[in-house]
Amino acid sequence: MAEMKTAAYICSGCELGNRLDVAQLSKIAQKEGKMALVREHAFLCNEEGVQMIRDDIEKEAVTHICIAACSRRSKTEAFHFPTVAISRANLREGVIWGIAEGEQHDEVRQEMAGDYVRMGCAEVKKMTLPLGNPNHAHNKRLLVVGGGMSGMTSALEAAEAGYDIVIVEKEAQLGGWAAKLWKRVPFKQPFAEPQDTGLAELAGKVSSHPRISVYLSSTIAETSGAPGRFSVQVKGAAGITTEEVGGIVQATGFTTYDINKLPELGGGKSANVIDQAGMEALARTANGAAIKRADGKEVKSVVFVQCAGQRDESGTHLPYCSGHCCATSVKQAMYFKDANPQVDTVVMYTDLRLPGMGEDFYRSAQQKGVIFTKGKVSTVAASGDGCEVKFRDLILDEDTALNADLVVLATGQVPTAGVNLEAWNPIVTAAEGGSAEAKQQRVEMQKTSVLNLNYRQGPDMPQLKNGFNDSHFICFPYETRRTGIYAAGPVRRPMDMLQATEDATGAALKAIQTVENASLGRAAHPRSGDLSYPIVRLEGCTQCKRCTVECPFGAIDEDERRFPQFNESRCRRCGTCMGACPVRVISFENYSVDTVGNQIKSIDMPDEFSEKPRILILACENDAYPALDMAGLQHHVYSAFVRAIPVRCMGSVNTIWITDALNSGYDGVMTMGCKHGDNYQCHFVKGSELANYRLSKIEDNLKQMGLEKERVISHEVAITDSARVAELINDYVAKIQEIGMSPMKGFN
Amino acid sequence: MTNANQQAVALYSNDFLREVEERVEEGEWVKMCMQCGVCAGSCPLGNAWQHTPQKLFMMIRAGKREEVLTSDSMWMCTSCYNCIVRCPRKLPITHIMHGLANYAHRLNLAPKGQPTREVARLFWNSLAKTGRVNELKFSLAMYFKDGIVQGIKNAMAMQSIGLALVMTKRLNPMELFGGHKCKDPGSLHKMIAKAREIEDRKKGFTS
Amino acid sequence: MAKKQYAFYPGCSSQKGASGSNFLTSIDVMCDKLDIQLNEIPDWNCCAASIGYAEGGELPRLAIGARNLALAEQHLPGQDMVSGCPACWLASREASERLNGHANLMAETNEALKEVGLNFKGSVKPRHMVEVMIEDIGFEGMKKPVVKQLQGMKIAGYVGCQTNRPFGIAGESFENPQYLDKMIEVVGAEAVTKYDQKVTCCGGALAFSEPEKSQKQIRSIVESAYDHGAEMIVTPCQLCQANVEIYQSEINKKQGTKFAMPVVYYTQLLSVAYGGSAKQAGLDGHIIKPKKLQDIAGK
Repeated sequence: MAEMKTAAYICSGCELGNRLDVAQLSKIAQKEGKMALVREHAFLCNEEGVQMIRDDIEKEAVTHICIAACSRRSKTEAFHFPTVAISRANLREGVIWGIAEGEQHDEVRQEMAGDYVRMGCAEVKKMTLPLGNPNHAHNKRLLVVGGGMSGMTSALEAAEAGYDIVIVEKEAQLGGWAAKLWKRVPFKQPFAEPQDTGLAELAGKVSSHPRISVYLSSTIAETSGAPGRFSVQVKGAAGITTEEVGGIVQATGFTTYDINKLPELGGGKSANVIDQAGMEALARTANGAAIKRADGKEVKSVVFVQCAGQRDESGTHLPYCSGHCCATSVKQAMYFKDANPQVDTVVMYTDLRLPGMGEDFYRSAQQKGVIFTKGKVSTVAASGDGCEVKFRDLILDEDTALNADLVVLATGQVPTAGVNLEAWNPIVTAAEGGSAEAKQQRVEMQKTSVLNLNYRQGPDMPQLKNGFNDSHFICFPYETRRTGIYAAGPVRRPMDMLQATEDATGAALKAIQTVENASLGRAAHPRSGDLSYPIVRLEGCTQCKRCTVECPFGAIDEDERRFPQFNESRCRRCGTCMGACPVRVISFENYSVDTVGNQIKSIDMPDEFSEKPRILILACENDAYPALDMAGLQHHVYSAFVRAIPVRCMGSVNTIWITDALNSGYDGVMTMGCKHGDNYQCHFVKGSELANYRLSKIEDNLKQMGLEKERVISHEVAITDSARVAELINDYVAKIQEIGMSPMKGFN
Repeated sequence: MTNANQQAVALYSNDFLREVEERVEEGEWVKMCMQCGVCAGSCPLGNAWQHTPQKLFMMIRAGKREEVLTSDSMWMCTSCYNCIVRCPRKLPITHIMHGLANYAHRLNLAPKGQPTREVARLFWNSLAKTGRVNELKFSLAMYFKDGIVQGIKNAMAMQSIGLALVMTKRLNPMELFGGHKCKDPGSLHKMIAKAREIEDRKKGFTS
Repeated sequence: MAKKQYAFYPGCSSQKGASGSNFLTSIDVMCDKLDIQLNEIPDWNCCAASIGYAEGGELPRLAIGARNLALAEQHLPGQDMVSGCPACWLASREASERLNGHANLMAETNEALKEVGLNFKGSVKPRHMVEVMIEDIGFEGMKKPVVKQLQGMKIAGYVGCQTNRPFGIAGESFENPQYLDKMIEVVGAEAVTKYDQKVTCCGGALAFSEPEKSQKQIRSIVESAYDHGAEMIVTPCQLCQANVEIYQSEINKKQGTKFAMPVVYYTQLLSVAYGGSAKQAGLDGHIIKPKKLQDIAGK
């Protein structure tokens, strides 16, 4: 490896030259930062400035550069020098934009800029150029688990994009639930009539596609590996076949909520009470003619009961809305009206949810004479030749009843998500502890697994809520907590067919992105393209297992000697392992305990009597750091006493940074991470939650150091909080000034 | 039960919604209500309605024929058209209310002596007689609709207003003996009778 | 400049000796100054108003409305039909739109019209006087003949229902129409822009049949005008004018209020601003005298 040669570039464009003493900053880079080369430029990001840096890299053999200009989030294309290690000193957003204008602030503003230059120089000297994951793998085939609407769509979309596909379907034919429908809810203009499902055509395309191979009547016996090198054991009638793939889409859909669990609504009690799936079967049999019940009687009156066993607040049934059932009932009510307008058709609802063009479909049903009654059904019971539906009319506010030949219960979707890991883990622990009962339970549970992952963290993907496989319904759809495996369709969240096809396309694209990144040794979302990877110094490892347990993505297994074994391709580069490691043996080439620690220690700490406190901000690069930049952009002025360092995730914060900062005389430490808990916004799912837990223990350290507990403070910051971060900073600075300066100054 | 009512009951058995759709002005819109309640909240006399338009629509769908047609609710309509402009489903609610009231009146199920029913009848009669409404005769008829004694009381109660209007030339006592009218009321009567005949035929009244 | 010609449909309440007769008086001065010529439709009949529904039913009501339209088509071809009364306009426009939209209704109505020797082609456009003012004259045009500024007067523009709903004036919102405020500003007076009862119903025909409920409406209409510092209410509607003015004494008697809020037509404001005398502007036709307006007219 070439010898390190450092350089600092100080920009005076964007008003930097007018507001700051750039010559003094150059001197700092030279004298304190010990940069071999220091250059100033009036417009560093223009062609000439960039060429100057390029020339130094080529002709002067510069290997490490610190760019003191704008935020690391700006001008990323201009300052893209893939052959050298780069740090960025944020003088524009972080200093001249965010700090008060005017001469009286010149001194503190210049001090802040000087510290950022010191920090940038200190950081880059601890970095090495990331070379990419050495264990990258090149398999770009995709496995699609499930051959229903979502699975087939995923497969076709990816195949059309030029990727080879393997579909594994447990049934003897393709189609899933969609194949059992008589017609589907319309997705084309004028959204007024039930439409053909188009399933035969789709299945035909899939079966005959040269890039798609299909396993029917098959399941997955084992999945191992990582993005770019998954190995999958497919178990079919003919035995086990091994398929090598690069990425996986799980589109295993749903089952209907068991109607027998709804005896009060006649479920399992009366043959004339059926669910929507049963209704589709009757319609298929009728094939457009008058619809008959199982006993052959022609249906003259029908009641659809919405939200049957759904949106249940008592904890007995499904707590959520399955989304599709209102439109499905509207469609099924039309089956009757289209065959015979004289059939009394009532849809009984508490809230009709027909988003988007569903409104047009609803109107069309009203035009056809379907009656919509806002009422809450209490019981459905056999009565005479049919059923009696007792309900509370919510408009007329009275208890009343209706008789019908047939009652259709709109039950919800239950995801086919495999093993619930939260139930699995304690059983595994008990089984490993020797419990025979737990061992048996583990075997039984394993039978319900979909993917049979041989990961340390369990055989299926973690479930977000109510058993659905996802990591965040809004921010990162399709992303799961198992890198390279994506969820599509109703296994991810309840949805209708149209949403499932969109989902399937999105998941296919995600899977493609991941196999392409894996083949280049790069990270997947959200640090897509990152070439750094975790490096562990095993000789220092104490086998405490914190990293393996805390990794939100199941990237770290354990080898036979119980040492952590990194699957770099599964890693999302959040650094949660680095934050967890008590002996600090985990690092990335360009992000480590030292790159941050060195920055913290590099600043010019004023003495106790200066009345200039110094406050360290550790800000998550995903939300809080952009919010700080935006605060600058929007001129929400904040104190010049803070020094902000971006971190990959709060989860990567090693508490040593905080104790080091306090030991070296910082008067306070603020951490700014994403919202955690049930409605988390952490880009690495668990990072901010883990950090929150770790920071809750910091009070003991403070006590030992004889410091007030207010010297460390944590905030949840969203990307939109630009005005709020400035307030938080100013309030905290006031608080620190109230408490007084740290007594730890001057000991180092 | 009136003949017209008996005939309607026989014709539509218990399908009141269909009866409304076929026989009530703009009645075919009733099925399109989505039960949001904006009409109820927008009505200036909303509190005075036993059944708001929203409820009336639900009652029609639930087949509550008697309750709807004998209700005095739709007689509370001031024709302010607020419900029409606010209805997200664009139902012509005001017209449907008028239509229901008219139908109930026609079958003689509307509440007897309902004041608005009386006013509406007197107003129509006033205009149908001469082609133009005679405000004085119309007012006097209003006062005397409950009989002579009550009429004198009513008129006395409003005497100051009446006198003031006379003084400002906005109520002409001479109107009692003639007043404004169309040239040929006879043919006008024929036109109205013809229109009614066509409507009755169309809506299946046997009368 | 050539006069603008319209087929005029005065309506029952604007006839001589009727409750809105002073409206007709004031419209004369106004039209004269704006070069508008109103040609009365010969032998017009009552529009049946909204209250006509109960006895009238659908087709007789449409026939009554169509008769006026047919008369306008026959006698005043090519002229828009203009009405000063919202009820007349509403009934005519309703008839025109429904008949033009439904061929069968049109045929049935014409069958009835045959009895009076008429036929409705569906060509005449029924308009309200306010539409003529805004669309054909414009606010700038309304300003031109102003010779007297009604400076210092604070006026609540009460639009009410039927000029505003269901058709309304093009470009205006149903909830907060602005044109009346703009007219008030045209004559140099101050409009109460926050008048929250601007489009409240006065009770309409139910002032007769449901006096208590209607008077509750009227009370809030008058009260809000007082609350916002108005000294006068102006309205485009005959029924609104009559109800809101006439029943104030009843409300005072029953509820102990001391209402004496003058209620005038926008046409009267314009007539005074255009130099018309109090008599020409029909200001003598009020039970609650618009004193200040009379003073200005007298100057």
